[in-house]
Amino acid sequence: MLSIKNLQAKVEEKDILKGLNIEVKPGEIHAIMGPNGAGKSTLGNVLSGRDGYTVTGGEVSFLGKNILEMDAEERAREGLFLAFQYPVEIPGVSNLEFLKASVDAVRSHRGEEAMDSMTFLKLAREKCKAVNLDQNFLKRGVNEGFSGGEKKRNEIMQMMLLEPKLCILDETDSGLDIDALQVVAEGVNSQRDPNRSFIVVTHYQRLLDYIVPDFVHVLADGKIVKSGGKELALELEEKGYGWIENEGA
Amino acid sequence: MTEEFDQYIKSDYEAGFVTDVESETLPPGLNEDVIRFISNKKGEPEWLLEWRLKAFQVWKEMEEPEWAHVHYPKIDFQDISYYSAPKSMDDKPQSLDEVDPELLRTYEKLGIPLHEQAVLAGVANVAMDIVFDSVSVATTFREKLSEAGVIFMPISEAVHKHPELVKKYMGSVVPQKDNYYAALNCAVFSDGSFVYIPKGVRCPMELSTYFRINEEKTGQFERTLIIADEGSHVSYLEGCTAPMRDENQLHAAVVELVVLDDAEIKYSTVQNWYPGDSEGKGGIYNFVTKRAVAHKNAKVSWTQVETGSAVTWKYPSCILKGDNAIGEFYSVALTNNYQQADTGTKMIHIGKNTKSTIISKGISAGKSQNAYRGLVRMNPSAEGARNFTQCDSLLIGDKCGAHTFPYIESKHPSAIIEHEATTSTVSEDQMFLCQQRGIDPEKAVSMIVNGFCKEVFKELPMEFAVEAGKLLEVSLEGSVG
Repeated sequence: MLSIKNLQAKVEEKDILKGLNIEVKPGEIHAIMGPNGAGKSTLGNVLSGRDGYTVTGGEVSFLGKNILEMDAEERAREGLFLAFQYPVEIPGVSNLEFLKASVDAVRSHRGEEAMDSMTFLKLAREKCKAVNLDQNFLKRGVNEGFSGGEKKRNEIMQMMLLEPKLCILDETDSGLDIDALQVVAEGVNSQRDPNRSFIVVTHYQRLLDYIVPDFVHVLADGKIVKSGGKELALELEEKGYGWIENEGA
Repeated sequence: MTEEFDQYIKSDYEAGFVTDVESETLPPGLNEDVIRFISNKKGEPEWLLEWRLKAFQVWKEMEEPEWAHVHYPKIDFQDISYYSAPKSMDDKPQSLDEVDPELLRTYEKLGIPLHEQAVLAGVANVAMDIVFDSVSVATTFREKLSEAGVIFMPISEAVHKHPELVKKYMGSVVPQKDNYYAALNCAVFSDGSFVYIPKGVRCPMELSTYFRINEEKTGQFERTLIIADEGSHVSYLEGCTAPMRDENQLHAAVVELVVLDDAEIKYSTVQNWYPGDSEGKGGIYNFVTKRAVAHKNAKVSWTQVETGSAVTWKYPSCILKGDNAIGEFYSVALTNNYQQADTGTKMIHIGKNTKSTIISKGISAGKSQNAYRGLVRMNPSAEGARNFTQCDSLLIGDKCGAHTFPYIESKHPSAIIEHEATTSTVSEDQMFLCQQRGIDPEKAVSMIVNGFCKEVFKELPMEFAVEAGKLLEVSLEGSVG
């Protein structure tokens, strides 16, 4: 699914990722944990092709293709989805219009016909229900005036509609109360599939009680310093990150 | 990101073709003989010739205004031709079938429904008046409209058929000496539309005028006069295009709206004059005076989508004369490349409890300059008057400018004036969200800009709203990477 080899990247002349390796197979859930400033969000941004992040070395292959040469929109159409930590507002552009444009773009890339408006509306309403969002959110501007929890649920709804191959959740749990966290986690779990993989980036173990990972990696100073099973997350929760960083040094 | 914006700059103006018709065009120059020629050509009565000559005297004594936030080389008014008409119009066609097919093809290319059959087939419920350079070439649906008592015809024809209305109202809203370009228009105006809606009549269809400049080195000076008699209602649309040419061409129009007691006029414009190329060469100078007088309980609503012209200087205004009169101004002004726009409105509150709303959306891209200039005046008589103004600017890239010049004068203590203003950019975050969802950058910008303009677009008649959205997309082409 995704193979990251010795990935190095910088932001504004500062080296952030310093030789990162991860191998994700279809159907797996990988959690990436680590202290602030370790490069967790940078990883998501680099993989999805955001402007301002320069890859200085290494390789990333997604479904056998070198995605580092693709534009951001192309990677998205290939099936890479990033759920944002802070979803931005687009005033005046209705959620429905945005979702339709997005789904149309992805479908056209797959050589599928654009969905007619009625079918799409029906589908979007269904997905709204699945993440416990009122249908009115489809008419409102993208994230416009949404609460933190509503924004995150909106992200998960987009994920459900686009049916990506690889989902990167960037600190999706930040700013969520426990109820919202459960709704989001249920949404993610409902999308688990032998052909779909997840990278869950988080600072806290809490989210991993609900989205149970197959692997946990600790990212510190731009590298994976320790990998293990789901029990590693609990250990981190108990001991903090300090001991690993020391161990690594 | 800016380099990437620049990298894609290219202009694509679809209405930029020239129609090959034989024209009768006056040599450049402006003097009394030219004015007599125009008047004679239209067989005008003596009073109108006198009116024109008086305006010419007024104009000669006026100075070209320089207060607008626009820069362009001084216009040589002696280097412009003040009259051009297709030769085939000499024996005026009596119906569409007699109109030069080359002319009809022009409008077909522009997507304007001229054939009544096409309109009846459900394309749109619109009656059209078509002004090509200095003359009106066709007005559709006249019979159907006259059944309702609605008069819709070229103003040159109204001068003969309804002199009492023209004499009474022409110049009553925008006086000859109002401003430099209005005075010039009064002296040399060529054609335009005339509309009269009788008392209590709701106009059965949308009325529309389509203006087209074709000939080189000509100016277009049209006049539109719309009178909505007591308790009547009309929705009027106006569209404009011109061929791509290297030189600048002048368009100085005057629009007067008379909205009598309890009447309503909704006036919508999609202005897409040629904006010049991506280097700023050529394009139309659009210096227009538009004003409405609203009497008791009357309502007037201006909606404009301004995407064209090299330089725009335009302030559709409302004089809220009668008690409870309502004035509205909804505007989208988009500038790209080297375009300059200085546009806004004037709301003059005279009557008691008069209300006005101003929603202005300015979008600047490329190296363009976009200014909102608006006046809200509460006269001493305007007890209980209210205004709400919202003025938003959106910047695309970092080489363009947005400016806001609000003028507020309140002479009544009970008047309430609210002004809100914002400036924002199409942010990198918004672009990335769209791209991460598979949407390409051009589509993303056009979607974001359309969202920004939503409050204005929803005021446009349906067919126009769709056209306006597409127009923004084309006008923005090349503004992002």
